[in-house]
Amino acid sequence: MSETKAIRRDLTNAPSCLKGEGVTRYFHTGKITTKAVDHVDFDFHEGELVSIVGESGSGKTTLSKMLLGLLKETDGKIYFQGKPRDISSRAKLKEYWSGIQAIFQDPFSSFNTFNKIDTVLLDCINMRGGKHLPMEKKTEMMTEACSFVNLKFAELTNKYPFELSGGQMQRLMIARIFLLKPKILLADEPTSMIDACSRATILDMLLQLRDEIGMTVIFITHDIGLAYYISDSIYIMEHGKFVESGPADEVILNPQAPYTKRLISDVPKIHEPWDLSTVG
Amino acid sequence: MSKTMLEVKGLTTKYVTRFHEDVYAVDHVSLKIEQGKSLGIAGESGCGKSTLALSLMGYYFPPLHYMSGDIIVDGKNISGMDPDDVRKNVLGTEIAYIPQAAMNALNPTRKIHKFIEDVILAHDPKANKKDIYEMAKGRFAELGLPLEALDKHAVELSGGMKQRVVIAISTILKPKVLIADEPSSALDVTSQKMVIKMLRDMMDRGFIQAMIFITHELPLLYNVTDDIMVMYAGQIVERGSAKQMVFDPVHPYSRGLMNSILVPEEGTRDVKLTAIPGTPPNLKRPPAGCRFAERCRYAQPACRYNQMPIIDFEDGRTYRCGISVPELREIYRKEDEANAAQPTEAPTDGPVRLTKGV
Repeated sequence: MSETKAIRRDLTNAPSCLKGEGVTRYFHTGKITTKAVDHVDFDFHEGELVSIVGESGSGKTTLSKMLLGLLKETDGKIYFQGKPRDISSRAKLKEYWSGIQAIFQDPFSSFNTFNKIDTVLLDCINMRGGKHLPMEKKTEMMTEACSFVNLKFAELTNKYPFELSGGQMQRLMIARIFLLKPKILLADEPTSMIDACSRATILDMLLQLRDEIGMTVIFITHDIGLAYYISDSIYIMEHGKFVESGPADEVILNPQAPYTKRLISDVPKIHEPWDLSTVG
Repeated sequence: MSKTMLEVKGLTTKYVTRFHEDVYAVDHVSLKIEQGKSLGIAGESGCGKSTLALSLMGYYFPPLHYMSGDIIVDGKNISGMDPDDVRKNVLGTEIAYIPQAAMNALNPTRKIHKFIEDVILAHDPKANKKDIYEMAKGRFAELGLPLEALDKHAVELSGGMKQRVVIAISTILKPKVLIADEPSSALDVTSQKMVIKMLRDMMDRGFIQAMIFITHELPLLYNVTDDIMVMYAGQIVERGSAKQMVFDPVHPYSRGLMNSILVPEEGTRDVKLTAIPGTPPNLKRPPAGCRFAERCRYAQPACRYNQMPIIDFEDGRTYRCGISVPELREIYRKEDEANAAQPTEAPTDGPVRLTKGV
C-alpha cells in the first residue's frame, strides 16, 4: 500500500521557471468582449508545486492553454526560464513543448485512438532524441516508465488506448511524462474524473515524479481541499484575475480576499460545521 | 419509534452482458430508512451505487434484471412489479429519482411548467392545467425558486438553477422517498450548497419523507446525511451514523475511503493520504471469499475462502469483515501511532523523498 505525504517547501528563492507579466486574453463574439484572462501576473519557481484554483468559467483553462502555447495571448509577456518565450515558428513551439507538458482532465480523449500504446510511448522517446536507440533499449525504457506507474508494459504492448480503463489511461499519461522529463508539467484537473480512492494513487505518482525529475508542477483544479493538500503555493482565480496568491497555508487558513473566504466556506468540511445559511 | 419509510430485504439484481454472463451488481442488499432520515451511499465508481438506485425504484429494463428480495416503501411491496406499472404507480408518488445529469434531461424546446404538467397528468389525466400551474407556482415559492423560471426554457437557466428546478419537478407529488444520485457532482461549490440547502428544506417541510443520497464525495455526505453506508463490489461493507463512519470506520475499505478525504482545513496536511492499491474484482467471476481480500492489507488467508456475512456489532452499526472489531481497532490505533511518530517537516538537506510504505 502506498502512502503519500505532501511536504511543504519554501521555494520563493528558487530560480524562476515560468513567469508572466500582464498576461491577457480576450475573446470577441460580435460586439461582446469576454475578458477570459485579464492582466494576470505570476511567477512559478523551479521545483514548485503551484495550484491555480477557481470555479468553472474563471479562466483557468484559457490560462493553461496560453501557458502551453496553444492560444496566443492578447497582451502581456510570458518568460520561460528567465528569457522571453519565443514560439513564433512551429519548430520553436516544438522545442518549447519539450520543456512543458500537460495532463488533461479527460484521459479518454487524450490519446489518438488509432495509435497503439507502443506508438504513444515511442513518440515520447523520439521526442527526447532517442530515435537512434536500439529497440531493446527503447523497450527497456518503456517498461521502466510503465512500472513506475504500476502498469505492466508486457500487458499493454499491442493494445489500443480504448482497451484500458480510465485510471489506467491517466496513469499512462503520467508514464509519458516520466519518459519526457519536462521542466514543467501542467496538470489540468487530472483527478476530477476519477473517484477519491484512485485520486490518492494518481497524486502519489505525480508527487513522486516531481521529486524524481525535479520539475515544476502547475496544478489546475476547482477542488480547494486537494489544492491545499498538495501545493506549495496557491493562486485563486476569479473572473480572469488572480484575487489572492501565496503559500498554501496562508491562503487557505487565513484568506484575505472575500472570494477566497466564500469559496472556502462553501466547501463541505468535516471538523467545522458547514453553514448552509450563506446561500440564497 | 418512528415509521419505517423504506425497507429493503436481500435485494439482488443482475446485469446480463452481451455474452450471456451474469454480473450481480447488487448482491443481497438490505437496508432500512426511517421517516425523516437520510442515508448516504458511498463507494468507488462501479461498486453498484447507481445500480442500487435504479433497482430500488424498480427500473428493470434489460440489461438490468430483478432477481430476488423485497423493496417495501411505506408498507407497500413494489418488488417484482412490471416496469410500466412502476412508472404509473410508484415513480413520482412513492419514489422519486434524480440522476446525476438531471439538468440535461430538460427538453430545450419546452417551458418548465410543461414538465410539471407532464408529471401530474401522468398520474391524474383529468387534472386541470390551470390548477397545476397554480400548484407549481406555490411549490416554487415555498422552495425559494424564482417564479419566472416556470415560464422559461431550460437553456435560459444556469446549471445550478436547472438542477434545483429538476428536483422541484420530480418531487412535485410529494414522493415518500427521494433517491438523489450524485445531484451536485457537476456543479461548482456554491451551486452545490444551494442544491443541498434545498434538499434539506424539502426534508424539513415534509415534501419528502426519507432520502437516499449517493455520492463519492465523503465530506459532502458527512454534512448532508444522518447515516452513511459504504458499498464495495455490489455488497454493503459497513453502515453507521455519519459521525461514526468518518471518525471511526471499522471496515478496512471504509477506512481507506475515509483516509482519502481532503478538506481545506487545518491539520489536513499532517495526515497521510492513503491509496488503496489494485482494482475492484471483476463481478463476472466474484472471488470466493471476502471481495475486498485482494486489496486488503490486513487480509488473513481465511479471508480469501470464507464468505463474509454482514454482522451487527453495535447499536445500528453493521460491517462485513473476517477480523473482529476490537482487533481491527487495535490495528488502526497502532498504525495511527506509527504515523504520528514520523516527522512532518521536510529534511533540511538533500532532495525531499516521499514516504513510501509497504
